[in-house]
Amino acid sequence: MTFTNSAQLLAFHWVAYSIYAAMIISIVAWFGYNLTRKDAKSVFRIPFYWYMAFLVAGGVGHHIFTYNTIPWVSEDIDRHNIKPDAVYNIEVKNHKWKLPAKQVIVQCEERVLFNIKSDDLTYGFGLFRQDGSMVMQMQVNPGTPNDILWTFNHNGVFNMTSTEYSGPHQYSEDGEDLMEVKNFIKVTGCKKGGLKK
Amino acid sequence: MSFIKNLTEGTNFNHKSLNALQKVTLRAVVTSFLFYGLVALEGMIMRMVEVGRVSGNPIPEQFFHPDHFFSIMTVHPIVGIFGSTYQLVFGAFLFLVPYLTKKPLYSVKLANWTWLLITFGTALAWIAAFIWRYAPLYTLYWPLPADTLQFSAIGGVVFIIGVALIMFGTFGFIYNIYATIFARVGVHQDKTMKELLISGFGIDGVLNLINKLRGKPPYTKEPALALPVVAIFRGTVDTFLDAVVILGAGILVLLFLLADLSGTSWDVSAIDALLYKNFFWWGLDLVADGLVLIYVAGSWYLLATLITGQKLFMENVARAALMLELLVSWMVWSHHLLGDQGQPEMMKLISGEMVTAFELLTQGLALFITLVTLWKARPLKMTMELKYLLGGLVGFGLAVPAAIIQADMGMNRVLHNTQWIIGAHVHIALIVGLYMTLYSAVYVLWPIVTNNTKLYSHKLSNIHYWLHLIGGIGMGAFMGMAGLDGMLRRHLYVDGQFNPDMIFAAIFGSMLLIAWFVFLYNIVMSFGIKGLIGIFLPTEDKTSSYGIEDEIESADDPAFAN
Repeated sequence: MTFTNSAQLLAFHWVAYSIYAAMIISIVAWFGYNLTRKDAKSVFRIPFYWYMAFLVAGGVGHHIFTYNTIPWVSEDIDRHNIKPDAVYNIEVKNHKWKLPAKQVIVQCEERVLFNIKSDDLTYGFGLFRQDGSMVMQMQVNPGTPNDILWTFNHNGVFNMTSTEYSGPHQYSEDGEDLMEVKNFIKVTGCKKGGLKK
Repeated sequence: MSFIKNLTEGTNFNHKSLNALQKVTLRAVVTSFLFYGLVALEGMIMRMVEVGRVSGNPIPEQFFHPDHFFSIMTVHPIVGIFGSTYQLVFGAFLFLVPYLTKKPLYSVKLANWTWLLITFGTALAWIAAFIWRYAPLYTLYWPLPADTLQFSAIGGVVFIIGVALIMFGTFGFIYNIYATIFARVGVHQDKTMKELLISGFGIDGVLNLINKLRGKPPYTKEPALALPVVAIFRGTVDTFLDAVVILGAGILVLLFLLADLSGTSWDVSAIDALLYKNFFWWGLDLVADGLVLIYVAGSWYLLATLITGQKLFMENVARAALMLELLVSWMVWSHHLLGDQGQPEMMKLISGEMVTAFELLTQGLALFITLVTLWKARPLKMTMELKYLLGGLVGFGLAVPAAIIQADMGMNRVLHNTQWIIGAHVHIALIVGLYMTLYSAVYVLWPIVTNNTKLYSHKLSNIHYWLHLIGGIGMGAFMGMAGLDGMLRRHLYVDGQFNPDMIFAAIFGSMLLIAWFVFLYNIVMSFGIKGLIGIFLPTEDKTSSYGIEDEIESADDPAFAN
């Protein structure tokens, strides 16, 4: 099992967490009901050490699962040893981006390194699909490197904006996001369900 | 009794019968709930703005302006965390520590100063945002708080002074708590400082466990401090460290702002933004992942034992776990910096992921011990305090795993700074987890602190409970769903891009606001307006303890000076 983009991951997460939330609410409700009953008996006994082992397995297993199913984790950790297919240097100052091009065209499964430099405030760098869902994001701090290596596995046209609050000057008086760059990235060459043709 | 009589006189509340300790506790609690109402109102305004400029949205146009919107967003957590939660927790603990240790509070005067400083400090921070639109948000990411191109320097100075007053009030609370715990009076007359310290840090619990494994008799059968006092002791260590960090950051910002006002412009790049972020998050996280979790665990243990009237299940393990929780809380801040590429990868892995995952263990343990203690005492009557306690357990049962999920390098790439964090994790942890635990404590302490004042309406209490529970979970859930759809948390959306999620979040949010009105009405009708005013009047009975037969003088007693 591998998630090829954030949309798949977030859909899986939505289902998994919803099931968990329904379960924990039901368990406490059932528990509360049985607390008031004299004849309530334990349906099953949870041995303390098994419960602790379950929590440890849950905490550690979650990271092992994501490391093995989310491709950008290992790529991110090892990014300094990976040669990117393309590098885009971007600068930001006074809530304005200095971009390498109006639109960046990326081929499917290309490894792209985005290198962002802030000359004043702390910003964010995030890509979003046309429906508003997030592709990825990172923080952009002044004075330290802010680089992210990303592999695009699905076709699409993505908007870009600052994902970190950098003061009200990011917006017009009416609330329009002045840092949003529409259709900044265009990915082509993937199959309908993702990955290279 | 007529409506008017109830409104003015209350049920049977007599503020003149309260002693100094009870009054100072009630002052903090009442102020806390007033601030809570302000926070709920602010939250609703922001939620309605995020619903967007759609037909039928009654929110005035001025709130859509970014400077106005973000000034509300800046003070919302300041008023919520410090003005409301800190006040409520500090008020309750300043009562509970003397009550549980059967000693007087070190100083009622200092407790009053704590209440006043936090109240005025919160008000000042709020005024800075309201008048000068100072809006760097609570995160204060460098160099935004010193950015005088966007914000008024005077507004910034007023804001920082407000936060500093809150921290001074916090130091007052910390001093009062430790001075009371370490006072060798009453039942602790013959205890040494070493014995109290060993008990405060839970070392006696660890030694008891080790002796049990070695087949030896326990180190102590009667620990010097009760378990809830141990939790307060431990959590207060984080409260102190957190106050030092926030105050330190405040002084830094203040210096830059004062330099600007004096006409000298200092170079903000002299401060490393990432290093500052690490320093500030280390301190700030001691609230979220430190004192809140430790205080909550202690409150659960106390409530479970008071509700059941029985000993806590696995008490030695609980004592030892609180120590582990304290150590864990010092090492988890990097989960806030998983999206910062300059942050060393090892820190992300160890502090951000691995140590953070321990919170599942420590909080899971507290949940287990509380549930088993309750289960062993069944059948129990479903009282308001039990209901709220179960609500609090649900809240943390939902919010803690949500936190562990997002404290992951893979998930954080798409969840950081989204509404998922603030909705599914923060708001459910605070509104459902923390506040329902605190409401449970309010109902447990009610007869003791108010001298058996009759609650105006149990029906209203139930309505409050269900509105708060459903509203809290519902709002958090729809904010979380919007986050999964890509909605950012510190961003202004004015076109309703994330509807219907935001509409549902607003509906559930309004349930929270109504719940607060119901609770407020119930309290006003129980105390009466005269009684409420009386709480803030000077007390005749200067007693600074509760339930001790042989009264001990506080502060001036020579024993306190030892």
